[in-house]
Amino acid sequence: MPIDVLMPALSPTMTEGKLARWLKAEGDPVAAGDLLAEIETDKATMEMEAVEEGTLGRILVPEGTEGVAVNTPIARLLAEGEDAAALDAEPAQAGPQPPPSPQAETPAAKDDAPKGASKAPRPAPGPATPPADRSRVFASPLARRLAARHGIDLAALSGRGPRGRILKADIEAAVEAGGTAPQPAAGKTQAEAPETPQADDPLLFGLPPHEAKPHSSMRRTIARRLTASARDVPHFSVAIDVDLDPLLRLRADLNGRIADKADRISVNDLIVKATGAALVAEPRCNVAFTEAAILHFSRVDIALAVALDDGLITPVIRDVPAKSLSTLHAEARRLAEKARAGKLTPEEYSGGTFTISNMGMFGVKSFTSILNPPQGGILSVGAGERRPVVRGDELAVGTVLSLNLAVDHRCIDGAVAAAFMARLKGLIEDPITLML
Amino acid sequence: MAEQRKAEPAFQVAVVGSGPGGYVAAIRAAQLGLRTAIVEAAELGGICLNWGCIPTKALLRSADIYRTLKQADSFGLKTGEVGADLKAIVARSRQVAGQLSGGVGHLLKKNGVTVIRGRAQLDGPGRLAVRGEKGTESLAAEHIILATGARARTFPGLEADGEHIWTYRHALKAETLPKSLLVVGSGAIGIEFASFFHTLGSQTTVVEVLDRILPQEDAEISALMAKSLKRDGMTLHTGTTVEKLEVRDGGVVATLARDGKQHQVTAERVLLAVGISPNSANLGLEGSKVKLDRGHVVTGPFGVTGEPGVYAIGDLTAPPWLAHKASHEGVLAAEHIAGVKGLEPLDPLRIPGCTYAHPQVASVGLSEDKAKAQGHAVKVGRFPFIGNGKAVALGEAEGLIKTIFDADTGELLGAHMIGAEVTELIQGYAIAMGLETTEAELIHTVFPHPTLSEMMHESVLDAEGRALHF
Repeated sequence: MPIDVLMPALSPTMTEGKLARWLKAEGDPVAAGDLLAEIETDKATMEMEAVEEGTLGRILVPEGTEGVAVNTPIARLLAEGEDAAALDAEPAQAGPQPPPSPQAETPAAKDDAPKGASKAPRPAPGPATPPADRSRVFASPLARRLAARHGIDLAALSGRGPRGRILKADIEAAVEAGGTAPQPAAGKTQAEAPETPQADDPLLFGLPPHEAKPHSSMRRTIARRLTASARDVPHFSVAIDVDLDPLLRLRADLNGRIADKADRISVNDLIVKATGAALVAEPRCNVAFTEAAILHFSRVDIALAVALDDGLITPVIRDVPAKSLSTLHAEARRLAEKARAGKLTPEEYSGGTFTISNMGMFGVKSFTSILNPPQGGILSVGAGERRPVVRGDELAVGTVLSLNLAVDHRCIDGAVAAAFMARLKGLIEDPITLML
Repeated sequence: MAEQRKAEPAFQVAVVGSGPGGYVAAIRAAQLGLRTAIVEAAELGGICLNWGCIPTKALLRSADIYRTLKQADSFGLKTGEVGADLKAIVARSRQVAGQLSGGVGHLLKKNGVTVIRGRAQLDGPGRLAVRGEKGTESLAAEHIILATGARARTFPGLEADGEHIWTYRHALKAETLPKSLLVVGSGAIGIEFASFFHTLGSQTTVVEVLDRILPQEDAEISALMAKSLKRDGMTLHTGTTVEKLEVRDGGVVATLARDGKQHQVTAERVLLAVGISPNSANLGLEGSKVKLDRGHVVTGPFGVTGEPGVYAIGDLTAPPWLAHKASHEGVLAAEHIAGVKGLEPLDPLRIPGCTYAHPQVASVGLSEDKAKAQGHAVKVGRFPFIGNGKAVALGEAEGLIKTIFDADTGELLGAHMIGAEVTELIQGYAIAMGLETTEAELIHTVFPHPTLSEMMHESVLDAEGRALHF
């Protein structure tokens, strides 16, 4: 039976896309992981990997086709030894569905998604899926160009044009308002825009000469999301110290067997692995709060905070517990490199069920983080330090790591947070159990 | 209940004047479910349909066909002797106007608009006094839209007598073709009539007080128009004033002055086309809070005036004085009255202007000079008709399409055209400006081949220094 290859959902809000280019031709052998095609959404072009192996028997959707609904069969793969005649069999309508993307169940995870997008568009089979990407920003070409020039985030503006279309005048008003003020979201008028601190703001009086650098789009997003998080989420944090020496020994042992220095496992890789395992063991911390319900995620997708020259971004490693240390290492490195190069796709930085922020490499002993909504928890990792420790009744010297877990109290209570931290401590201090 | 004996129908909207502003406002108001009346003292459709845009287009169509017939040889056609019958041409023009005026009556009826014949004036808040054949009656209306338009402007000493000295009204009913015609004023109206009569055989002279004809257009377009008209044998006096008009020996002797030097020109007929005067007198505005500026009603967004409930649109208000501007304002006023959300005021810079002479002229947005005066660094694109296959095939290889972009942002600031059918092309740029396209989207737009519209593409390409066919 030939395998139908389905149009993938490459971002949480994607319901359809353009099949931009086939990277394999009919008759080509296909191995799992091979790049099959380029799929274009309104936000980005992404490559689609083959999940199954076989021979590309037939291309059902020619390249250049727009508006291909998610889950539409786009090609048929022949399994090894299968005859080409099998291609003419009825398409398997109830064929293999891709696993539902985890974001489909999260609330408006992306900051630019309007409220109400939490009713995530369920990818429906068949071509009749209505276009429903409500995160698309409508702006005139001139407005787009001017916004780019002034570093204004279009998503933060409300347009005065038909159906909220952003026009030149909206950009000019935003520039007028200080060039930096995010205008209120749809529904408010320009007149209600919050005042931006101006040069004559008394708060700024008496400051030494300074250069005002207009906000980048990323800075604006950081400001908006973290302000909302710190203001709206009742949060607390739980701190523990863990004995890092067993994990360091395991790491040394593992890396002794890895020839290429670049492939060697880092402390962070092991902490990611341990956190994933701890979340599996304590799933009450792998949650998000929404007004209507607490979302319990069936998969652990961990976002890693990556510092950039002018901000930070949190690319996501999917299904951490299912991945080997070497895979986690490779993926973390690849995502960090793409993040620093500014080449992450929306798929790569959206979603995530839990975040880890590691400042150990900066020598920070201990810190707490602001929650990354709508995720329920964020783990802050300090530096492993040689500190005096008490072993039995003896004072000794050991490598100690301070961990802080900040949680959203609306969905994670203190005892649950403590249980998670105990579990994490247990895994780090007895890391061989990670191999189980 | 004696008071109710004389109860008049209460309207939500009463429109005064049924020109392209008024009748469109009335239809839109009725569409929005408002009980609407329209008051008209003369023909439905106003000047535009009866004495303006439409009948002149009918005349100019005859002139175009006449010109083409005279060139039949060049198209390989044999016609025999070609002649023009002004009476028949005028008759056709009147028939066209009559047909369309009837159409307006039908549209108003279809939309349930009550048509009231008479002259209306404000008579206190929410009330109009309408003088009709059967005396004066009072009309109550919650909102009043004044759309009384304008008439030909005259100056002391430059007054029409309807015999030798005409306004457009007289010219539209001309019975004999004057051997010579002096046109005073070189705006769209003056140039269109000059083109018509000159094509039919009148020796035509145009006098313009400013330094160029079609002074509202881009200077380059004005210059091309002047060149074309002169080559066709028309005489143009720019920077010239008319000091005196004397009717003498069945003609008119005009005393013209340029740089303080006088000279005389004799013509069989004179056409005055020196602008318009708003019809704001006898509207009962004196006792109201409606403000005037040189006779024109001062309006805010959507046509609101100083008097609550009273709107004004079209030629009665600020320029440009164009039928399509009046219609658009009529729609906006009706929608504002109905409380339609999200209305945007009309941007005068996005109103195209057209002159239907030979050659035609059309423009939208800023001229090159104005764009520079406003501080824009500009990129200018030009594409001549001679480089366009369709234009050459049509035998219309004369003309230019000029586009003006802000060099910094790529905003399309203005477009200016002269040549065949440009009045049908200009809306492409008007849409582009309305949607705030930059040069990039225009460059990526596919224009059909072979069409005159390809020149619109090429002009944009030329602004980027990459025109393909010239």
